[in-house]
Amino acid sequence: MVGQNDPIAELRSASKHYGAVIAADNVSLTIRRGEFLSFLGPSGCGKTTALRMLAGFEVPTSGDVLLDGQRVNELPAYRRPINMVFQHYALFPHLSVFDNIAYGLRQQRPRLEKAAIAQAVDKALDTVRLPDYGARRIHEMSGGQQQRVALARAIVNEPKLLLLDEPMAALDKKLRRDMQIELQTLQRKLGITFVLVTHDQEEALSMSDRICVMQGGKIVQIGSPRDLYDRPNTRYVADFVGKTNFFHGVVTAAGAICHIEIAGQARSAAAPKALVVGQAASLCLRPEQISLHHAPSPENRAGVPVTISARIFLGEHTEYLVQNADLGAFLVLVPRQAEAVEGAFEPGQKAQASWQDGAGLILGNT
Amino acid sequence: MLVLPLIVVFVFSFGERGPAGGYAPAFSFDNFLNLGARWAAFKNTMVLAPIGTLACLLIAYPLAYFLAVRASPKWQTMLLILVIVPFWTSILIRSYAWIFLLGGKGLPSLIAAMGLGHIQLINTPFAVLVGIVYGYLPLMVFPIYVSLERLDKRLLEAASDLGAPPMNTFLTVTLPLSMPGVATGCMLVFILLMGEFLIPAMLGGGKVFFVGNALVDLFVQSRNWAFGSAVAVALVLVMLITVTAYMRFTRRWAGGRDDISLM
Repeated sequence: MVGQNDPIAELRSASKHYGAVIAADNVSLTIRRGEFLSFLGPSGCGKTTALRMLAGFEVPTSGDVLLDGQRVNELPAYRRPINMVFQHYALFPHLSVFDNIAYGLRQQRPRLEKAAIAQAVDKALDTVRLPDYGARRIHEMSGGQQQRVALARAIVNEPKLLLLDEPMAALDKKLRRDMQIELQTLQRKLGITFVLVTHDQEEALSMSDRICVMQGGKIVQIGSPRDLYDRPNTRYVADFVGKTNFFHGVVTAAGAICHIEIAGQARSAAAPKALVVGQAASLCLRPEQISLHHAPSPENRAGVPVTISARIFLGEHTEYLVQNADLGAFLVLVPRQAEAVEGAFEPGQKAQASWQDGAGLILGNT
Repeated sequence: MLVLPLIVVFVFSFGERGPAGGYAPAFSFDNFLNLGARWAAFKNTMVLAPIGTLACLLIAYPLAYFLAVRASPKWQTMLLILVIVPFWTSILIRSYAWIFLLGGKGLPSLIAAMGLGHIQLINTPFAVLVGIVYGYLPLMVFPIYVSLERLDKRLLEAASDLGAPPMNTFLTVTLPLSMPGVATGCMLVFILLMGEFLIPAMLGGGKVFFVGNALVDLFVQSRNWAFGSAVAVALVLVMLITVTAYMRFTRRWAGGRDDISLM
């Protein structure tokens, strides 16, 4: 349902400077019609600036913002068919829930009929599962309900683009989880293009069709959640998306399969970005790519002896923090089943950590 | 302690003038029936106090809006200080300045010199109004400034995002959310204006007098404390009615909101 070559909005080399501060640096990105795209990164990475340029609250210092192929740099927010769910909802405290949701409809010219507005608002309230809440005042609503009102207020206008600025930051974890699923379902149902800004990698991974990872005002990598997780192209992405162990070494032979020497041991793995011989690089291994054994590791597996430092029980799996003299401390994820076969490991115990030869990725340290 | 003087005034209002002035105990409603004698003072007050309040509001709102929303932080402090500075000198001295400005040698002579004819400014209701606006402007600016300053600017972005042009945003978000400040400012100015006597005395030159002037006259000049008390009680009653109306008004606007505090 995502049109691969059907762009709805585009940022073209868009930059935003505030005096000497560069909030967005040469950001180029195409948003596809109907997709769920997330901007992911820590605070100050430029993700909110990118969103605000799309919304029309910021005019790019250089570069262009396109909407449906039209350049809209200077088009004010109130003329853009784009709506936003604000971080703290920004609901109007002096209006009822109904009037908040009807606000956008009442701004339309020519004016809509009262009955049409009432019908649309009721439908939006149904969509966010708050029927009969129209007469309530905003301060009578809980945080989760306010978030639904904010969502209804935006979707009732049937925008071409729905922007969500950290919409779940103020919700507790359980509620956030429910809301993530609900948002995703809603997006599929409405077919509206969603653009989410978040610093929560789990949120981005679980909801998005594509994720745009940002750092220092620049886009570092764009791809599907799976792409980013399996093939991060920089250390930053590997570190930010999911958990990763980095084993530092020096490149000894470059190529698609790169060879690296770590603490006197030769290792090899795929390198998504070209590296040069002698460069400082790391072997990146996800905790689930490493397994733990009591006995020495089997054939075809690289292994190191470790001492268990800590055990973190997480239900469906257990994380072990282990220590190796050469590699330092790293994380190993042991699924419940594997633990049942091998038996549990106690802190202080000696064990063997191993991984498939060639597993993981080699990424430059910078 | 707070109500004691009020009780005294209330009791006095049913008494009569002592032989040598002051108060003599009695019980009659004569003083109240006689209030009509001071009708002009009540009329002036009831006309000029609301007009003065309105004039203050019309000038103060744009000023407060500019201060709170448009001015850069550096200018904000500067301008706020400028609004307060007149408060540092006595209203008496500032009123003398206005007597000069509006008097024969001030603005009217300037207007005459420009060949625009002779006009009388001092000792007119207009002069009193000018004095009122000048003296009470800060009292109106501050509550409005505070309510605009506290206004969540993201609400303005939200309105714009939902398709409201700047004028609609102002009318549907900024203005309603600053109403508590407007109400507080109006009440503050209005109540104080009802008791005002200095500005009408100086700029109205005895031709435009307020209830306040009537009180000064009755208590200090004619020493008819009983009648003066009756006038004062009547004034308090009028104020009580307006304050009650005000409370009703703000309560309706606040609608139980927790983000807005009443006076």
